Amino acid sequence: MTFVDYYKVLGIDKSATAKDIKVAYRKLARKFHPDLNPNDRDAKQNFQQINEANEVLSDPEKRKKYDQYGKDWQHAEEFERQQEYREQASNARGQRNQGPQSEGDFSDFFESMFGGASGASRGRQVKYRGEDFNAELHLEFMDACKTHKQTLTVNGETIRITIPAGIENGQTIKIAGHGGQGINGGPNGNLFITFSIANHPVFKRLGNNLYVTIDLDLFIAVLGGEITIDTLDGKVKLKVVPETQNGTKIKLKGKGFPVYKRDGEFGDLFVTYVIKIPTNLTMKQKELFTELSKS
Amino acid sequence: MPTNHLIEVNEFCIIHNIEVSFISSLRENGLIEILFDHESAFFDAEQLQLVEKFIRFHYDLDINIEGIECINHLLQRTAAMQDEIASLRNRLSLYE
Repeated sequence: MTFVDYYKVLGIDKSATAKDIKVAYRKLARKFHPDLNPNDRDAKQNFQQINEANEVLSDPEKRKKYDQYGKDWQHAEEFERQQEYREQASNARGQRNQGPQSEGDFSDFFESMFGGASGASRGRQVKYRGEDFNAELHLEFMDACKTHKQTLTVNGETIRITIPAGIENGQTIKIAGHGGQGINGGPNGNLFITFSIANHPVFKRLGNNLYVTIDLDLFIAVLGGEITIDTLDGKVKLKVVPETQNGTKIKLKGKGFPVYKRDGEFGDLFVTYVIKIPTNLTMKQKELFTELSKS
Repeated sequence: MPTNHLIEVNEFCIIHNIEVSFISSLRENGLIEILFDHESAFFDAEQLQLVEKFIRFHYDLDINIEGIECINHLLQRTAAMQDEIASLRNRLSLYE
């Protein structure tokens, strides 16, 4: 557990007045407030530190204790004993607090010295909605193409969610009420899950459409024929028309990725032919090609 | 009018210890929608998170309504750009 220099956190010196502290806090809070920096962990951490510094320095009693024992916080208990001889200071203070905070929002140093969040900023029994949680869930490509259930553990609570087929990489879904617990009977926050879907070695996905590149034998490309290719739901036979050019694209309707939350609807599969030039030709084959080139 | 998903503005302001005029200003600036039924004003529970965020901007960070409007606009743009980045990343994977 390390000492936290709250003056340094707020960028003020020890002689700062209550007004200076308020101004410094507001300035930094405007920069790092989680509402202004969504999904930014660093900003959240900074904000918690600023909040903690403000919690201590804006309260004359806490500031006194901090100034006296800050660096020697282990000896703070002595201070507490002295306090017993004094009158309890009134906790009545300002009306608003800085929004929902849990004990976990304070550093070990703060918890050790002040025993968690004080009642000073929690005087009112205001109902606060719990904090929203954000999580990332990794899915295999093939898992994302079928509706399935997954069990997750969020903050010690096990929840079972249904992941609809067709979920996109980077898509976020909201699980209502599975975020942080509400404060003073307020509603729970929500859980936001962002999906990270692994790439497939063969298929490339863009929205609901799939793209695949198929090597096509030169002779089939020239003379036409039949090939078998893999799709998400098995193999399909394709007729290749004679004189197919390199880079030709064909569309297989309904053979793409399932459309999110639309049962039975699928995107398309686009197949691009890459004509392979034969190698290691025999003398006879070379002769035939030469003959062809002259014809 | 069904009020299951509606939050009464006066009651909300009492609980949060804020002025009703603040909620009116949010409405006047098009930041939230207010529904009126007889004498009472309501907002949809779907907007609760947004309203609470605006309250924090105003009362905790000292940001006025014009500032909130700008911030809200910029946050919406940021979110749209993040969506676009996610979609472009997916598109980029086609060429990787």
